[in-house]
Amino acid sequence: MTTTGTIGSLIGESAPRNEDHRLLTGDALFVDDVHLDGMLHVAFVRSDYAHGYLRHVDLSEARAHLGVIAVYAADDLGDYWAPGPLLVPPPPIERCEFRSATQVPLAKDKVRHVGEAIVMIVAESRYVAEDAAALVEVHIDPLPPVATTEGALADGAARIHEQFDSNEAAHVVQEKGDYEAAAAGAAHRIRRRFKMDRGASAPMENRGIVANWDEQGGELTVWDTTQAPIPIRNGLARMLGLPERQVRVIAPFIGGGFGPKIMMFYPEEVLLPWAAMQLKRPVKWIEDRQESFFATTQEREQIHDAELAVDAEGRILGVSDSFLCDTGAYNPYGLTIPINSQCTLLGPYAVPNYWSEFRLVFTNKPTVTPVRGAGRQHGVFVMERLLDLAASELGIDRAEIRRRNYLPPDAFPHDHEILYQDFAPLVYDSGNYEPALDKALEMIGWDQFKSELRPAYEAEGRSVGIGIVSYVEGTGVGPYEGARVTIQTDGRVCVTTGVGTQGQGHFTSFAQLVAGPLGVTAADVDVITGDTAKFNWGTGTFASRGAVVAGNACHAAALAVREKVLMTAAAALGADHEELEIADGSVHVRDAPDRAISLGDLASLANPLRGAVKPGTEPGLEATAYFGPEHGTTASGVHAMVLEVDRETATLNILRYVVVHDCGTVINPMIVEGQIHGGVAHGIGNSFYEQLVFDEGAQLMNASFMDYLLPTATDVPHIETAHVTTPSPLNPLGIKGVGEAGAIPVAALFAQALEDALGSDVGEILEMPLSPNLLFKLLHGD
Amino acid sequence: MDEPQHVNISGMVNGSRFESEVEPRLLLSDFLRHDLQLTGTHVGCEHGVCGACTVLLDGLAVRSCLMFAVQADGRNLTTVEGLAGDELHPIQTAFHEAHGLQCGFCTPGILMSLVPFLRDNPDPDEQQIREALSANLCRCTGYQNIVAAVQLAAKKMRA
Repeated sequence: MTTTGTIGSLIGESAPRNEDHRLLTGDALFVDDVHLDGMLHVAFVRSDYAHGYLRHVDLSEARAHLGVIAVYAADDLGDYWAPGPLLVPPPPIERCEFRSATQVPLAKDKVRHVGEAIVMIVAESRYVAEDAAALVEVHIDPLPPVATTEGALADGAARIHEQFDSNEAAHVVQEKGDYEAAAAGAAHRIRRRFKMDRGASAPMENRGIVANWDEQGGELTVWDTTQAPIPIRNGLARMLGLPERQVRVIAPFIGGGFGPKIMMFYPEEVLLPWAAMQLKRPVKWIEDRQESFFATTQEREQIHDAELAVDAEGRILGVSDSFLCDTGAYNPYGLTIPINSQCTLLGPYAVPNYWSEFRLVFTNKPTVTPVRGAGRQHGVFVMERLLDLAASELGIDRAEIRRRNYLPPDAFPHDHEILYQDFAPLVYDSGNYEPALDKALEMIGWDQFKSELRPAYEAEGRSVGIGIVSYVEGTGVGPYEGARVTIQTDGRVCVTTGVGTQGQGHFTSFAQLVAGPLGVTAADVDVITGDTAKFNWGTGTFASRGAVVAGNACHAAALAVREKVLMTAAAALGADHEELEIADGSVHVRDAPDRAISLGDLASLANPLRGAVKPGTEPGLEATAYFGPEHGTTASGVHAMVLEVDRETATLNILRYVVVHDCGTVINPMIVEGQIHGGVAHGIGNSFYEQLVFDEGAQLMNASFMDYLLPTATDVPHIETAHVTTPSPLNPLGIKGVGEAGAIPVAALFAQALEDALGSDVGEILEMPLSPNLLFKLLHGD
Repeated sequence: MDEPQHVNISGMVNGSRFESEVEPRLLLSDFLRHDLQLTGTHVGCEHGVCGACTVLLDGLAVRSCLMFAVQADGRNLTTVEGLAGDELHPIQTAFHEAHGLQCGFCTPGILMSLVPFLRDNPDPDEQQIREALSANLCRCTGYQNIVAAVQLAAKKMRA
C-alpha cells in the first residue's frame, strides 16, 4: 500500500505536549480538586511508636466532638478488616524461601511502624477531623524496635510478625556457572561492603482519595492518586463484594508518582470507599506532607558484601554478592526490589560466573515498595564500584575496564541464566554498548580532562574529578496493556487506554503513535487515560513500561483503524484501496485531490442510522488492540560527570553532566530528555541530599521538607544528553523504557567522581547517600 | 465545645470581589481551593518549602499555606487562574514551548513566583533564574527545561 508519508511518521518528533494547557491554566483536575456536595473529610490517628502492642483506644471524646460523623478503629470494621493482598508473589526461583506479611487497614493488636494508621475519623471538615484526632487516646505497650536492617537478624531481635520465627521475609539464591571455581584462578579478587540508605519518593502531590457511593445508581466512584486505576478497581470490587461494573476508579492528573503510588492497597485506599458506602456520603482524605513521610512507602536500604574476580587484564571472571534488603514493616511487593538489584548488578557486562544471595528482612520502618529505579541502583552501585576498584588495582583506565567487559553487539539476545522480576528469564533483547561509551567519552572530554584540565585544576589548587559509569535497565515488562482508537465525527481522533499518567507526557507520545498512521497531527488526538469507565483492561504505569507496552497497543489499534478508514473511503470514493492516501485529516485519491473525504465524514458513514450493512460489519472507525511482550526489554546508557569539591565547605559543584542513553526507538525526544533530566535530579538527591534518618527507636528524624533535602534548581546542573538507538526486537516499534534510567547510575558516578576529585584524602566511597555533613567528616574528621 | 467563631472577610481575587465568612484558623490556601473553588493553586507541603501554593498578594508572591484567609481581608489576590487573559501569559506559553512542566503539580506556584521575578528582573542570567527557582521544588523536570522556559519567557516579555 502506498501512502504519503510512512506509517508512524510522527515518531521521533518533539511534538509540544497536548496536556500542557490545562496544567498551565489551573484547569487540570487533581484528586484534591474533586468537590462533591455533602462531602466529608477524613483524618487518621497514627502510631507514635515503631513497635508495640496496641492495648486500647478510647474514642469517646472524639465521637462526641461537634462535627464528627464517625470514628472507626480496627474492631469497628468487622469482617471488612483484612490484611492487604500480596501484590507480587515470588517468581518461580528454585532456591527461594518466602514469607509474606501484608499491611492492614487499621492496626489491631500490634503497631509495626511509626505512622501506621490506628483510627479513622470522619468529620464535616478536615480541620474538625484533626481536632478530633487529638482527642483519641491510644494505649500502646512499646516493644523493642527493629531499627536497622542488620539488627533485624541479630540474636534476640524482637519479632515483628510473631507468627514467624525470625524477621527474615525471604532468602533467595540465584546462580550461574561456578563462582568459586572461577575465582580460585583469578589474578585479583576485590571484596567490599556497600551500603545504600532510604529515601522518599517525594512527589509534589501527596496521596489522596475521594470516594462516593451513589445509592440510586448503585455505583461507587473513587478518585485515587494511583498509578494503577484498573487493578485498584478490581481489588476494591472484590473487597467490597461488588461486581466490577459497579466500581469506577478515576486516576485524574496525578502530581508525580515515582513508584509508591502503585503500592496497593494502601490502608486509606481500602477504608475511604468502605466509609463512603457506610455513611452514604462522599468522603475525602488528602495526605499531608508529614503523613507522606510515614504512610507512603519508601525504598533503598540495602547492604551488600560483594566480590569481583578478574584476570590480569581486568576481564570479569565472576561476581559473588550476598546482600540484605530492608522491606520495612510489611512486604506486599514481594521480591521485586531485591531481584531487580540482583539482576541489574550484571549490567552491560559479560559475567560468566555469578553467585547472588539475598535476605529480605522486616524492620519497624515504613513499608518498602519500588521507588524510581526499584533496586536497580544498588546493583549498579555495587558492580560499578567494584570495577573502579579493579581498574585502580590493575592500573587500567576506568573507561577501558568497562569497554573490555561489555557484551559484544553479536551477543544478543543474551541469556543471563537467572530469573528477572517479571518472572521471565533475564534475557537482554538487544544492546550495543561501546558507541554510547565512545559518545560519552567524547562529550565529557575524557582524554582532554586527564591530559590538560586536571593538571590545570591542580595548579589552581582546585579539587576536580571526572567519572564515567555504565548501566542497563530492565524496562517495559508485561503482562499487557491495551488501547482503543476511535475516529470521531468531528474528525478528531480519540485514544483510550488503561495506564495512568503522572507527568510522563502520555497525552502526547500516545497521540504521536496514533496520529501518524491516521494522517493527522498529534494535536488532533485526544488521549483518555486513568478512568476505568472508559477502558476496562490494563495493569498500570510502572517499570518504565508505559511507552513500550501501552505505546505499542496504541499504534496497533491505529493501524487497524487505518484499514477501516481505507475500506470505508474506497467505497465512498469509488476507488481502489491501493489508490488512496491519508493526509491532513482526509483520504483522497492519489493524483486526484478533488476526490477526497474527511475522516469525520468517514466516521459518520461508518455508523449508518438506517439501511442494511454487510453481516459482520462493526460500526464506526474504531479498533481495540492489546500488546504483551514476551519479556522485558533492556535499555542501557552511560553517564559521565565532572565534579568539583570545595574542600573547606564540603559543598559540590557539578561542572558537567553527560547522559548517553539507548532506549531504542524514541517517540518524542523532548519528552525522553525531560524524563532523563528528572531522573538524574532524583539520583543527585539520592547521592548527596536525600536521606531518611531514623534513630535507634526507628523514629524518623527528618519528616519535613525543612529537614529532608530535595534538590533545588541550584543543586541540579545542566544535563547534556545524546541518544544511541538500538531498537528492541520484542515490540513492533522497537521501543525501550526510559522513565527510571536517569536515576539509576547516579550514585555510582558520584562516588567515582568524588574519589577522583579527592584522591586518597577520603578513601573509598562505599556508602550512599553522602551528605554535605558526611563529606565534611570524610574531609576533616569528626 | 462551642461553635467556632467566624470572621467576615472581603477582597479581590483575579479581578472579582469575594466576600466570605471564615474561621480565623482557615489557611489562605484552603480558602482559595475549597471555599472559592480556585483549585489551580496546589498544596504540596503546608510548611512553606515547596512553593506549589504560591499566589500573588497585592502583586507580591506569597505562600498561601503560610497565611490565614483572614490576612487576605481587603487585599488583592491573583492565582494561576487569573494569569491568562484572552491569551496565555507569555510565561505560560514559554513553559509549553520549552517543556517546562511534566506532572504540572508544582507549575502554578512556579508561574506565580515568576511573575514578580520577571517584572523586577526582565533580563536575568541563568544563575539568577536558578536562584529564583530554588524557592520552588519540582520532582519531575530536574529544572533544566524550567530554566529554559524562564529564559524564553523573559525574551518574550522584553519583545
